[in-house]
Amino acid sequence: MPEPLIDMQHLVKKFGDQTVLQDVNLAVMPGEIVGLIGPSGAGKSTVIKTTLGMEVADGGTAHVLQTQMPNRQLLGRIGYMAQDDALYDTLTGRENLTFFGNMKGVAKADLTAKIAHVAAVVDLTGDLDKRVSGYSGGMMRRLSLAIALLGDPELLILDEPTVGIDPALRRKIWAELANVRADGRGVLITTHVMDEAELTDKVALLLGGKIMAFDQPAALKKQYAVDTIEEVFLKAEGVD
Amino acid sequence: MRTLAIAKRVTTELLRDKRTLALMFVAPILILFLMKLIFSANSTTSVNIATVDLPSAVRTELNGIKHVDVVAKKDNSAAKKALKNQDVDAIIRKTSTNQYTVTYANTDATKTTMVKQAFKGALSANGIKQMRSTIKRLGGTVVKLTATVQQMQAAQKVAAAKAGMAASANATTGSAKTPAISVPKVKVTTSTKIKNKYVYGDKDTGFFDKIVPILMGFFVFFFVFLISGMALLKERTSGTLDRLLATPVRRSEIVFGYMLSYGGLALVQTIIIVLTTVYLMGVEIMGSLGAVMVINFLLAVVALAFGILMSTFARSEFQMMQFIPVIIVPQIFFSGIIPLESLAGWVQGIAYILPLKYAGDAMTQIIMYGKGLLGLSFDIGILLLFLVVLTFLNIRGLRRYRKV
Ligand SMILES: Nc1ncnc2c1ncn2[C@@H]1O[C@H](COP(=O)(O)OP(=O)(O)O)[C@@H](O)[C@H]1O
Ligand SMILES: [Mg+2]
Repeated sequence: MPEPLIDMQHLVKKFGDQTVLQDVNLAVMPGEIVGLIGPSGAGKSTVIKTTLGMEVADGGTAHVLQTQMPNRQLLGRIGYMAQDDALYDTLTGRENLTFFGNMKGVAKADLTAKIAHVAAVVDLTGDLDKRVSGYSGGMMRRLSLAIALLGDPELLILDEPTVGIDPALRRKIWAELANVRADGRGVLITTHVMDEAELTDKVALLLGGKIMAFDQPAALKKQYAVDTIEEVFLKAEGVD
Repeated sequence: MRTLAIAKRVTTELLRDKRTLALMFVAPILILFLMKLIFSANSTTSVNIATVDLPSAVRTELNGIKHVDVVAKKDNSAAKKALKNQDVDAIIRKTSTNQYTVTYANTDATKTTMVKQAFKGALSANGIKQMRSTIKRLGGTVVKLTATVQQMQAAQKVAAAKAGMAASANATTGSAKTPAISVPKVKVTTSTKIKNKYVYGDKDTGFFDKIVPILMGFFVFFFVFLISGMALLKERTSGTLDRLLATPVRRSEIVFGYMLSYGGLALVQTIIIVLTTVYLMGVEIMGSLGAVMVINFLLAVVALAFGILMSTFARSEFQMMQFIPVIIVPQIFFSGIIPLESLAGWVQGIAYILPLKYAGDAMTQIIMYGKGLLGLSFDIGILLLFLVVLTFLNIRGLRRYRKV
C-alpha cells in the first residue's frame, strides 16, 4: 500500500474562542482526487491552510508527504491554488508564471518549457504576454491553475477552483485533474458545488468542524440511500 | 536567488505604476518648491504704523526704516479707527515725557516683532541725535568756560604784576600762558557701520533654510513610508502574499526582496530630493553633498522597513493613511524644527524613539556645521539599529501569515 500524500488525524483548529475544526481525519492517496465539501464557513479553507502550514493545528497531526507540517521546504512539492485569484495584475501572464516558477524553485533551464506546457494545458498560450489586468475572470482562474500546476507538484491543493467560471472551462479543469490523477499524483479540492463532488474519487463532508462522512461518492449515496451527493449533504446536515 | 526574483518583480510592478512613481518623484519637489515660495515671502513683510503725538524727529526716524510706513493721526480715536479697519498694524502714542503706549493688532507675530524693533530703533536713533546736540552744546559751554578761565588768568596776571611778585609770578605765567584745557572736537559719526559676518548662509538665510534639512528628510521618510507600506498591504489584501507563502520562499527573502527594490527606488528619490533642495532651492551645504545623500538614504531605508511593518497592522489602504497623524506627523515636531530644549523633559524623551530626530540632527550637522560622516557615528549607528530591529520585526511579523 502506498504512503498517503496527506494524512490528518484528529486535527483541531481554533481561532480565539471559535473552534473551527473539531476532529478532522482525512487522507489523500497518490492517484486520487479527494473532494472536501461543506457549506461556506465550514472550515474548508482552514483545512487547506493547515495542510500548507500557514496555520498551525491546535491539536492532532497533519502529515503531508510523510512530513509533519508546517515545513517550508515541502511547499516546493505542492501546487496550491487559492480561493481568490491571487495574481499580480500589472504583470503579464508569463511574468506571473516566471515569478512563481522562481519561487517554487523550478530550474531556470526548464522554466520556459514548463511555462509553455502549463499554458497549453489551460489554453492560455496566446494570451501569455498580455497583462493580467486585461484578463477576463475565466482567464485569471486558468492562469491561477497554471501556476499551481507549474513544477509538476506531487500534490495539488485547490481551494474552490471552479467558482464563477463557465461550464466549458470547468470541464477543462476537471479533465486536467484527471490527467494529474493518471500520473499518480494526488489532488485535494474543495468545493461547495455538489455535482462536482460526483467527479471525485472520494468525498469528505465537512460539517460542524468534523468530517461527517468520508467515502467514494457511490458508497456515500448508498449509505444515505439517496441519488445525489447533494441529498447526502442535506441528510447529513439534518442528522447533525 | 529568490530575493532577486522578488525584487525584480516588485520593481517591474512599480515601474508600471506611473501614478505612484509620480507621487514619489514629483510630489516632494513640488512641495519643497511651494514651501520655498511661502517662507521666503516672509522676509518682505511691511508694516503701517499710526502715530499720535509722537515727536516729529522720532516719526521721521521711524519712517526712514525699511518696510515701515508711518501715518500721523491727530488723536487716539482716529488711530484706533485705522487699526480697526486694518489700515495700520500698530499705534504708537506718546502719553507723557518718555512714556509711549504701543497698541499692536497682533494678528501676525512677525509684524508685531517688526513694529517693536522699528520703534526701539527709532527711539535710540533719536536718542543719539539728541545726545549729539547735547554734546555740541556742552562743547560750546567748554569753549566759553575756557575763555572765562583765560580772562580770569589774565586778570590774575595783572593783579600779580601789580603786587610786584615778579619772580614767583613768572613761573605761574609760563604754565598759564597756553591754557591746559583743549576743546574736544565733537564729531559723532552719523552712520554706525556694523559689518555682518555669517558662519552659515548669508543675510538672506531665513527660517526656511533652517528647517530645510529636516524637511528634506521628512519628505524622504514620508513618501517611502507610505508607498512601501501600501505595496505590501496590496500584496496581502490581493491574496498574492498567501500564494507567495505557499511556495518554499523564506520570509526573510520576501522582506529583503522588498527592501532591495524599494531601496533602489528610495535611492533615486533621495538623490532627486537632495539635488532639488540644494540646487533649485539654493541651500548651502557646509559639509559634503555625499554625506547628505548617505544620511537621507539611510533614513529612507528605515522608513521603508517602518512602512512595511506598519502595513501589517492595517487592513486597508485607508487604515494605512490613518498612521499618518499617529506616526508621521509627530516626527516633524520632534525632528528639530522646534528646539527640543524648550520642551518638557518627558516630551523630549519621545524624540529619542523617532528615527527622524537622528536623521535631522545629522543633516543639520552636515549642512550647517560642515561635519563629516565620521563625526556622526552616533546618529548613523542609531539609524542602523532602527533598520536592523525593524527588518527583524518584519521577518518575524510575516509569521502571522505562515508559521514557518
Ligand atoms: N485567520 C482567521 N482568524 C479568525 N477566524 C478565521 C480565520 N480564518 C477563518 N476563520 C473563521 O473560520 C471559519 C471557517 O472559515 P473558512 O475555513 O474560510 O471556511 P470555508 O472555506 O469553508 O468557507 C469561519 O467562521 C471564519 O470566520
Ligand atoms: Mg474557503
